[in-house]
Amino acid sequence: MEKIITIDNLIFEYAHSEEHSRQLALNDVNLDIYAGSFTAIIGKNGSGKSTLAKNLNGLLIPTSGVVYVDGYDTADDDTIWEIRQRAGMVFQNPDNQLVSSIVEDDVAFGPENLGVEPAEIRRRVDKALEDVNMGKYKNKAPHLLSGGQKQRIAIAGVVAMKPDIIIFDEPTAMLDPKGRKEIMKIIAELHEEGITVILITHFMEEVIDADRVIIMHDGNVLLDGTPEEVFSKADIIKGANLEVPLMVELGDRLRAQGIPVPKGIIKEEEMVKAICQLKSQN
Amino acid sequence: MIRDITLGQYYPGDSLIHKLDPRVKIIATLLFIIELFIVDNFIGFAICGAVLAAVIIVSKVPLSFIMRGLKPILFILFFTFALNIFMVKGEVIWSWGILHITKEGVRIAVFMAIRLVLLIIGSSMLTLATKPLSLTDGIERLLSPLARFGFPSHEIAMMMTIALRFIPTLLEETDKIMKAQQARGADFETGGLMKRAKALIPVLVPLFVSAFRIAQDLAMAMEARCYRGGDGRTRMHEMKLKKRDFIAFALEAIFLAIVIIEARMF
Ligand SMILES: Nc1ncnc2c1ncn2[C@@H]1O[C@H](COP(=O)(O)OP(=O)(O)O)[C@@H](O)[C@H]1O
Ligand SMILES: [Mg+2]
Repeated sequence: MEKIITIDNLIFEYAHSEEHSRQLALNDVNLDIYAGSFTAIIGKNGSGKSTLAKNLNGLLIPTSGVVYVDGYDTADDDTIWEIRQRAGMVFQNPDNQLVSSIVEDDVAFGPENLGVEPAEIRRRVDKALEDVNMGKYKNKAPHLLSGGQKQRIAIAGVVAMKPDIIIFDEPTAMLDPKGRKEIMKIIAELHEEGITVILITHFMEEVIDADRVIIMHDGNVLLDGTPEEVFSKADIIKGANLEVPLMVELGDRLRAQGIPVPKGIIKEEEMVKAICQLKSQN
Repeated sequence: MIRDITLGQYYPGDSLIHKLDPRVKIIATLLFIIELFIVDNFIGFAICGAVLAAVIIVSKVPLSFIMRGLKPILFILFFTFALNIFMVKGEVIWSWGILHITKEGVRIAVFMAIRLVLLIIGSSMLTLATKPLSLTDGIERLLSPLARFGFPSHEIAMMMTIALRFIPTLLEETDKIMKAQQARGADFETGGLMKRAKALIPVLVPLFVSAFRIAQDLAMAMEARCYRGGDGRTRMHEMKLKKRDFIAFALEAIFLAIVIIEARMF
């Protein structure tokens, strides 16, 4: 598989101007992200997830180390806009990332910044709004929409820029369960269309669809692998004060009771199947 | 309640006036204001009134909606009227103690009142029949020639766009903060002016904090979407003058000529 993002020895410190102290937010992170993959990043509050996300499109520049996106160095001023066009970002608060008081004008904002031709912007905006199922709302004002709908507009705004990668920084944290489901469905669809997805979240159910899970802890990568691999190390995850998905927890407890369900089950249907098989064997 | 607040008092519609290019409407409004100050006799005001009435009829904005905009200025209207009628010197036609009304005073007071009413209605037609966002776009393009001399026309338009977007958000936020404070016993409704003003401080502080947080978040989101000022930026809505815009412009020019000639003649 082709690498689309390379992170080498990334260290990032926030400078506190007032107290001259420094906050080490990322401490030597090394990762490769592959084109077309779906990577989930989880970790406690303050573990450095957002800082990492912002280092992936040059919103923050590494204190030391390098980040390459599609071969471009994020520290290079000349190519920063190439990077930001390729690596779009959706933020947590749906309200604070919409610019315009009309939905379609907001979606057009990114392509307009890129200097795309008006007719092409029109096409992209209509397509992007269809992609997130918000075509009906193109002339509405964002403040009249629900949180989930606003977040879909934010996603459309990124999609209209034709990115290769979309980084979602806890996109569902401020939404109700219905809004959360809608957003997760759209993310899965975008992934199917070939977009490389990086999803930062603290909801374990959202991690399960990913093909790779990275657990961050104190500015470091604690675990990295397929969901099955990562969640088979439940003790390490719990050591980092994180919960494991419900099915992993259930599997652990069943095994502790002497019921031999296989390790690495994270989805409900798989657990049901495994238990039924055990039952039919007895 | 606070969610359906109307902004810039736009009255949605698709009349000819609504469809005109915002630049044409802005210039026409400015010319109309100038015309009101050229005019100084009843025939002139009658012409201006008739033109405005025609615009209102074509725009299909209900009269009651337009009149609502006049209410807040009734006091100013009354005040200038009183000031003019009593202060202007000339041929006295009525007096009571130190108060004198002169013939010239009546004339000036009446004209000024008509002028103000036409001015307010005329300029509110611009905001009533133009989407706030098209208005900012129009202003940006009209001012863009000045950008060459360092005038921040794009920045001003972007500021207005963002203000339009976030006024409802901040109103909602204010509502939320006030409710939270009321739930903890804050009282915004009773007491004198000073007491009420003081009660607002605990509302304003968190409001400013959230305004700054929004600004920070939004700046980052805009940067992430490749915003780098007005240079090299294109727009989805192209502004092209159509036939109707040229006709409207020609009519406006004829109107201006009539007003000037009429003012010269009488
Ligand atoms: N703007 C900032 N200035 C200073 N320190 C910050 C800033 N943003 C985050 N931090 C600190 O960096 C660390 C990582 O934060 P962050 O990346 O936001 O974590 P997460 O997104 O996982 O919650 C935290 O200790 C946090 O306090
Ligand atoms: Mg975060």
